[in-house]
Amino acid sequence: MNSNPSIIGTSPKRVDAREKVTGSARYGQDLRMDGMLFARVKHAEYPHARIRSIKTARAKRLKGVAAVVTAADIPGNPAFGAIIIDNQPIAGDKVRYLGDAVAVVAAETEAIAERAVDLIEVKYEELPGVFDPREALKPDAPRIHEKGNLIVHHKTRKGDVGVGFGEADRIIERSYSTQRVEHAYIETEVVVAYLDPDGTLVIKGSHQNLFNIRSAVAGVLGLPLSKVRIIQASLGGSFGGKDDCMAVLGCRAGLLSLKTARPIMLSNSREDSLVESYKRHPYFLDYKVGVKDDGTITAMEINIVADGGAYASMTQFVTWRSVVHATGPYRVPHVKTDIYGAYTNNTYTGAFRGFGSPQITFAYESLMDEIAGELGMDPLQFRLKNVLRDNDVTATGQKLDHTVSVGEALEVTTRAAGWDEKRKKFPEENAGRIMKRGIGLACSYRGVALGAEGVDATGAIVRIHSDGSVDLTTGLSEMGQGLKTIFSQIVAAELGLPIEKIQYRETDTSTITDGGPTVASRSTIIGGSAVRKAAIAAREKLGAAAAEKLGAPPAKIIASDEKIMVKGDPVRAVSFREAATMALDAGMNLSSFAWHVSPPIWWNEEEGRGDAYFTYVYGCQIAEVEVDPETGRVNVLEVWAAHDVGKAINPETVRGQICGGVATAIGYGLLEEVEMVDGVTKTMNLDEYLIPTAMDVGKIHAIILENEDKYGPYGAKCVAEPTAELCAAAIANAVCHATGKRIRDLPLNLERIVLGHKLVKKKRRVR
Amino acid sequence: MKKMITFTINGELRSVEVEPNDILLHILRDKLGVTSPKIGCERGDCGTCTILLNGKSVRSCLMLAVEADGQEIITVEGLSDDGLTPLQDAFIKHNSFQCGFCAPGMILAATELLEKNPHPTKGEVKEAIAGNLCRCTGYEPIIEAVLDVSSQSN
Repeated sequence: MNSNPSIIGTSPKRVDAREKVTGSARYGQDLRMDGMLFARVKHAEYPHARIRSIKTARAKRLKGVAAVVTAADIPGNPAFGAIIIDNQPIAGDKVRYLGDAVAVVAAETEAIAERAVDLIEVKYEELPGVFDPREALKPDAPRIHEKGNLIVHHKTRKGDVGVGFGEADRIIERSYSTQRVEHAYIETEVVVAYLDPDGTLVIKGSHQNLFNIRSAVAGVLGLPLSKVRIIQASLGGSFGGKDDCMAVLGCRAGLLSLKTARPIMLSNSREDSLVESYKRHPYFLDYKVGVKDDGTITAMEINIVADGGAYASMTQFVTWRSVVHATGPYRVPHVKTDIYGAYTNNTYTGAFRGFGSPQITFAYESLMDEIAGELGMDPLQFRLKNVLRDNDVTATGQKLDHTVSVGEALEVTTRAAGWDEKRKKFPEENAGRIMKRGIGLACSYRGVALGAEGVDATGAIVRIHSDGSVDLTTGLSEMGQGLKTIFSQIVAAELGLPIEKIQYRETDTSTITDGGPTVASRSTIIGGSAVRKAAIAAREKLGAAAAEKLGAPPAKIIASDEKIMVKGDPVRAVSFREAATMALDAGMNLSSFAWHVSPPIWWNEEEGRGDAYFTYVYGCQIAEVEVDPETGRVNVLEVWAAHDVGKAINPETVRGQICGGVATAIGYGLLEEVEMVDGVTKTMNLDEYLIPTAMDVGKIHAIILENEDKYGPYGAKCVAEPTAELCAAAIANAVCHATGKRIRDLPLNLERIVLGHKLVKKKRRVR
Repeated sequence: MKKMITFTINGELRSVEVEPNDILLHILRDKLGVTSPKIGCERGDCGTCTILLNGKSVRSCLMLAVEADGQEIITVEGLSDDGLTPLQDAFIKHNSFQCGFCAPGMILAATELLEKNPHPTKGEVKEAIAGNLCRCTGYEPIIEAVLDVSSQSN
């Protein structure tokens, strides 16, 4: 029995469109409940200190205060974590960064809660802090956690770099660094915790990864998973950012709700969010490359240190993605890569769209331009000589058995941008110009989905009702990317229904089994496959129910135009609704649950090699910039971005991902940095932490490449993260083309362009 | 010292008792149930709390509620009596929002622009929405939607 996939590859109206343009979408901060209390957090006063005593009596006596809790009130595990269990929602013996909580208050109003927070007296013994991950790894550094400051060391080994450097005509060594950046979703973190009458603790809020949050809350509050229910409110942006920090809020609010038996709202102010929530890892990267005079790369040796901040969070996974991809999409016969993640007393770092790739892409793509420059080659030609092609072997020893399209991406993008002409023309024209023009490119490859990080599986439920309408449930989250629409399209395609007949239910851990997080750009390829299987299973039941009446075997029956019909004979048909009724009357179950597991992959951590991901995506971005050498201002005039997505199930949402990812990367390249001095955050709100406005983003040309993949639904792979990992490097290369200045540290802000170094804020602003 | 204030919100005359230091954004959301103006930074940087005050876009997080006494406020809930405005339709057509959190403020800022200047240039559109931050879309689809509406009007 076949589907009618005419809706695949089109861009119907988003299923969440109306609520979002009329203001009726209900976000976490819009939730209100009878008797709801408001919580505020007493944060640490030192980035590294032992807690000597906490006095809460005065706060508890304040009129309107319902409860004050400390670590002593936690009924379960003191901490949670993905692998290393170190993140304490309320600190007990020690604080490790200024975002740690020492107590949490619930009161009738937020203002009372804030006054109560000020009445809590905490005595500390200040400990020496460490704020640079390279310092943290030295043997005499202050210990932040008992087991030491090394969170993880990953490696990649291929061939023998000694041999490779021996074959090289030149050895080029460069160091780069990237900064700490904030997701800067416009909606800050918020939860409402309350108890259902049956004793289930419900945490509703701005969640990205509901099952991670459930595990953390259940563990910390000593509850079985079945007594914790996480519900997602409409989510005001996440980009990887509303995971561990939401678990922290869930534990704090959940504890207060258990204590008071009342609903608790806990929302972070922007200042709280900037200090407390995790960021993208700053990296320090050293590259050594061997290259022949004809431009052939012979070896790469790479050493990277990542700042994990106070807690491990996703550091093991983020750095693993980096170690796999650190050479870039190039044929390198000899590779030796080491990456170390270290604890510091800075705000902890974790998942952020790109997940360990924007850092390395900035480094290796700046480096490729530098090498091309040394060799006197055009950056495009140098890359085309070295990029991975079909059946090539990656740095981890994986043979690529799909269409390797990085060369195609380079060729398509450079053609669209007028690369050859502009590379030649701009330097000539710049001599007579005040504003200097430049054009630069960057390309990458990216493993799709979780890869060998862990089990990659998820489920979907398709339920057909007696009137022919359909409910769709998955455990994955809409964050704005368009997941609800794409999944609804898949069901509509397989059931031959208009998309309006599909209702995507809100994401709630009590409605479906744990299908993992909405991360790693895995939703379409893993989740979409599960949705498709569930829809096919549902359709086959209708076909079986209608087979006798239609006088055809189920294999000959299709779903199309709201009918169940015999293929090639549309007169022999029953309506979809009639088929549903027939199936229900025959006692059939029209609820289909399907589970999809990713194809097998493997990784040998000891030897640093493996088939890291079951497929990869490829992309290229070109930035054309204008630089004012007097002020250091860089204007990004145009960006061309080509991404191979396998198959664009919904081209408009693909374009949305490309434009959004490019803008995020423009911020990463030019503007953004969470500045911290000795553990103190200096950029406390969006007046100091600058993200791109409409004035900062130039024209973006989104180019969709489609090389269908055997593992994806309809051939689709992914798009969300690769779009955000390229443009910072492309801009750095364009700035160098415009000015001759090679800047190896992000961001390329005014002072770096003009002075060549960064400036540090002195003042401290109070929250 | 509480004060009773009265203003028109989305065509309806409403009275509400406020403290002199109450912020308009909080009164709209907590006392009047008008939740489309969102809380993003509470210091006028992100624009997600934008409202139209006597037709002019204002950050409701930077305004005291008492200052709204006797004035006329429109939020995205009140843009159209029935159905959607051409701009809201264009936002849907051009995929001009993703998470949707900035959309109410963005739509109001663009509505104000088109009211004053029905045929803006691309640069004028960018300038008009520069005070409204969006982290999802890269702004390109928003600008397209505004220019699309502009090209359809006389």
